[in-house]
Amino acid sequence: MRFDIRLPIGLLFLIIGLLLTGLGLTGDPARLRTQALGVNIDLVWGVVLTLFGLVMLALTRATD
Amino acid sequence: MGLGTIDWAILALYLLFVLAIGWVSARRTKSGEDFFLAGRSIPAWVAGLAFISANLGAQEVIGMGASGAKYGIATAHFYWIGAIPAMVFVGVFMMPFYYGSKARSAPEYLRMRFDEKTRGFNAFTFAVMTVFSSGISMYAMARLIQTLHVFDQPFQHLGLPQSWIFHFAIGVSALVVLVYIYMGGLRGAIYNEVLQFFLIVAGFAPLVWLGLRQVGGWEGLKTTLGPSYTHVWAGMAHPATNRLGVDAFGLVMGLGFVLSFGYWCTDFLIVQRAMAADSMLSARRTPLIAAAIKMFFPFLVILPGLIAFALTSAPMKSPPSHGVAAAHAPAEQGVIPFKIDSASGQPALDSRGQPVLDYDLATPNLLLRYFPTGMLGLGLTALLASFMSGMAGNVTAFNTVWTYDIYQAYIRREASDAHYLQVGRLATAGGIALSIAAAYLASRFNNIMDLIQLVFATFLLGMFWKRATGHGAFTGLVCGTLAAALHHGLTLPDGSLAGVKGGWIAVSHVYPSEMAQNFWTAIWSWSACFVVTIAVSLATRAPDPARLTGLVYSLTPKVGAEAGRWWFSPLFLGAVVLTGTLMLNIIFR
Repeated sequence: MRFDIRLPIGLLFLIIGLLLTGLGLTGDPARLRTQALGVNIDLVWGVVLTLFGLVMLALTRATD
Repeated sequence: MGLGTIDWAILALYLLFVLAIGWVSARRTKSGEDFFLAGRSIPAWVAGLAFISANLGAQEVIGMGASGAKYGIATAHFYWIGAIPAMVFVGVFMMPFYYGSKARSAPEYLRMRFDEKTRGFNAFTFAVMTVFSSGISMYAMARLIQTLHVFDQPFQHLGLPQSWIFHFAIGVSALVVLVYIYMGGLRGAIYNEVLQFFLIVAGFAPLVWLGLRQVGGWEGLKTTLGPSYTHVWAGMAHPATNRLGVDAFGLVMGLGFVLSFGYWCTDFLIVQRAMAADSMLSARRTPLIAAAIKMFFPFLVILPGLIAFALTSAPMKSPPSHGVAAAHAPAEQGVIPFKIDSASGQPALDSRGQPVLDYDLATPNLLLRYFPTGMLGLGLTALLASFMSGMAGNVTAFNTVWTYDIYQAYIRREASDAHYLQVGRLATAGGIALSIAAAYLASRFNNIMDLIQLVFATFLLGMFWKRATGHGAFTGLVCGTLAAALHHGLTLPDGSLAGVKGGWIAVSHVYPSEMAQNFWTAIWSWSACFVVTIAVSLATRAPDPARLTGLVYSLTPKVGAEAGRWWFSPLFLGAVVLTGTLMLNIIFR
């Protein structure tokens, strides 16, 4: 079996993305926003990373 | 500065994945070729991303942010002039010989093309340079972790002295890199470099986004900082009218030609990634794919520095060369702190009595300021990833050169593949141990010069002039090195004392900046190497052309029109990358 680096990359980004999204949804919104200039950056970037992780995983399966 | 549970979890996850990738790679590492060349099995896009990460050490992420704060967007010259053209050149013109010769390292190519002494000279200087540069990277990282106070709480908690944080940071990063390279060799390093590449982008892109929002976008930066910070070519006609303190000729010749081609086209730590590619076409595409991404890196690593500077409070904006200093508004405390003189504990002052900013903290402090918990863990992971990838690049290049070009050449010539594999693993440990030693010496060697650059003259003549001889190449290298030392000993950057910065023989010329001095040292040493190599080659017996097939351009059958789509051909990709870079230069002129 050929090792595909997209698998661990996808997994790691998926996990980090979900962690950040969770934090963005549950964390104290006032604190999260003040520091990051009014943006809930944990939530926004968490979603972006989750999607990126999913794309990487999809590409891994597609080329198997 | 405290980290939350999630921040620690992200850091821990990263370390776990890095080690797991090393472990998976280890299962496929059975021969010397696996360990040192990743079995020549790496697809082009993977090699291309690794190509970027391998040189993305402390010097880049921290240093480019610092230069951005200090010199402005003109720092992008280090990419657009100082990297992209050379990356295209190595992919289109040089890779056929590196990859096609089947040499296992860059010094080994020199032995095949020239002779043993040329290889030996290159191998030894290279081995020493890699150890120092990985040591400097390690030192920078440990200092940074100490300065950011991220480990203060846990150390206090465990009752350990704060001074151990430095040792701890060096120890942990060295150990992790050791484990994944010891197990997985170059394959482990390359796979991890791809992961690290994505983490670096994921960590810094949101920082740039938030920062730009705060300063009002690029337009906001322009109004806050003024034109001297936001143009790459304005004022380049004379050293006194631009922030870099160099003129366009010194910039293009020194940085754009000698330094950049010397680094990107001959430095084995870079070239090794392409040599591990799965085919000639992939090897040639590797630097081109890297260049296509690299040309946008100024926005990722230089912009944070500019943003941090724009957010640093107004009174310290002194440069009288532009008149907008009064326009700096932000009321909050500056992002970039004063540099503290380690002897007196007071802010260090420059020759005009102004406090000096600690530019190296521009990017890290911006990160600490704007990232809430969660993102902070990701940002720190990105920093750590950049340090590790840079260090791993040096370590894999070192263990290969040590094993094949020093150990096999001078210590034990005939041995089994398994023996050399074992030597390579031990060299990994040895190289890291030496880097640690170098890290502790690094405070004194912080501005070590990259003498290795002149070797580009040797490779260039070797690949494209069939008349170049071994004696010529060797004499050229020795004379070029002497010329560099001589030039450094005779000149001094403005405002420095004779000593480590130059002028240790006599001061015959003063350059407007350290950067100008570096560029001109490179130009002189390269020219000396080039001229002497040609002169001595013509005076010595011509090499046998039959021996040079596959090593010299005119004696090698052309790599024919590649099968497949023309828009993937190296020449076309190279043209696209150069056009893109030209456009960026025009936009930010």
